[in-house]
Amino acid sequence: MKTRQVGDKESLFHFWGRYLQKVATGLVSLLSGMGVTIRYFVSPDKIITQQYPENRENLQMMARFRGHLAMIHDENNQHRCTGCGICEKACPNGTISVLTAKDLAGRKVLGRYIYRLSQCTLCNLCIESCPFGAISMGRDFELATYDRQQLTFILNKTQGGK
Amino acid sequence: MELQPVDNLPEGFTRGLNSDETSEEYFLNMGPQHPSTHGVLRLVLKLDGENVLEVVPHLGYVHRGIEKLAESQTYLQNIHLTDRLDYLSSHFNNLGYCLAMEQALDIGVPERGEYIRVMVCELQRIQSHLLWWGVTGMDLGAISTFLYGFKEREMITDIFEEICGARLTMNFFRPGGSFADVPDTFIPRVKKVIERMHVALDEYNTLLTDNIIFRERTRAIGILSREKALSYGCSGGVLRASGVSYDVRRNDPYSIYDRFDFGIPVGSVGGCFDRYRMKMEEMPQSLRILEQAVKDFPEGPYRSKEQSAYRLPQGSYYSQVETARGLLGTYIVAEGGAKPYRVKFRSPSFSNLSTLCEMAVGHKIADLVTILATLDFVVPDIDR
Ligand code: SF4
Ligand code: SF4
Repeated sequence: MKTRQVGDKESLFHFWGRYLQKVATGLVSLLSGMGVTIRYFVSPDKIITQQYPENRENLQMMARFRGHLAMIHDENNQHRCTGCGICEKACPNGTISVLTAKDLAGRKVLGRYIYRLSQCTLCNLCIESCPFGAISMGRDFELATYDRQQLTFILNKTQGGK
Repeated sequence: MELQPVDNLPEGFTRGLNSDETSEEYFLNMGPQHPSTHGVLRLVLKLDGENVLEVVPHLGYVHRGIEKLAESQTYLQNIHLTDRLDYLSSHFNNLGYCLAMEQALDIGVPERGEYIRVMVCELQRIQSHLLWWGVTGMDLGAISTFLYGFKEREMITDIFEEICGARLTMNFFRPGGSFADVPDTFIPRVKKVIERMHVALDEYNTLLTDNIIFRERTRAIGILSREKALSYGCSGGVLRASGVSYDVRRNDPYSIYDRFDFGIPVGSVGGCFDRYRMKMEEMPQSLRILEQAVKDFPEGPYRSKEQSAYRLPQGSYYSQVETARGLLGTYIVAEGGAKPYRVKFRSPSFSNLSTLCEMAVGHKIADLVTILATLDFVVPDIDR
């Protein structure tokens, strides 16, 4: 063990002087810190805490918030997806499967758009890659479930597209 | 002094325990689930009572194989992997990767794009330092600093959420700019942050910097000499605290950092308090950059021509950026296809952590926590 070098012995008077001074400066530093706390305590207008989940009703999410993937549907429940599969290729995680079908005229259309939230990293790459602007990110963030099965979605409501 | 046989020692140790009757030496496991190791880092300590004799960090608990994974994904997809290196510096990581790609493909960035990059990066530097400041206080027993730090941090996180939709894994920058332009509310929000931060920094100093308990616990603890800091390859605040004035933004300017006027704080002793001071003084400097950028924020395009796929020509490309923790190097070896042949990241946290044993020996366990806190590493950045 290292031992401290002791120099000339300090007089008792000096020792106590130093000691008391340290106590005083220490006390001042603690009190000034406490002052900040008290200032916040007595000014309720500075409260920024949000009461979640009580404020669920009027919670505003940012316009670009990246929640889960969603397909944009118009008022007639029509979507713009052509089933081209570009988003499937752009996805780094194999989250999307675009299953195509044939419509009555024999043209290739979207059959089912399968999205697995459990594998999604919410990276936005699929949306950037879609040439038709058919998909977007949802605003929801409470996405936890008890069962993994519930994390697979079919995003299109109707077969085909425009 | 009798030493135990060397063969049944914990991994990484070279010398056994002192088997003297009176000796109190033993091994202790700290982590991987320890609050002050900031993630899943495991430290094996050799202690004599409460005194640290040797520290061996064990890594790999969050190894996700990002460098290997990058080989099987396209360049564009790789950018979102870099978010997950140092999750508090995801904009810097994105930027590092984009700079290497831009260098390979000779892509330029429009003026507005450059300004967005610099501003977003400086905001993130402050954001990361605020979180660090909060947890440093908490590690030393001052829980309230955590809440104070998060108060201002939330303003910056909101800006990020507004411009890119994410709060942590941003994936915002793309070769030639960023994936979206900033909304009109961006500049007013930044102005508000600058205004608020000037007041908040004073509060932080009153709360923690001038606090006697904090001062006494960081004074003359964990000294890292200039030579040691250099030979371990430290960077960022750890290196500057030891008296070396090196900052990538100044010494090897990327983006448009050479246009801004800002200072690089440099320490003298290299102890815990110096490392703390570095971060606290970096924040006003980042605010200075932000103030200048807000003043000249130009109109115009935010991204040069977008491509749906990028193919890097054969060769190797290197870029380096100064993250909130130090120098992040991105090295890409391309073979001409759509996917890289090999990607290597040189992360600042790894080199900074390797100095731990050097600093901790001779101190108490409680001081080891102080040293860990001021080293400011992010474990996923070490493991990758
Ligand atoms: S957000 Fe990313 S991970 Fe999720 S589906 Fe789109 S591309 Fe795939
Ligand atoms: S969402 Fe877009 S990219 Fe994906 S299959 Fe449909 S049209 Fe193609």
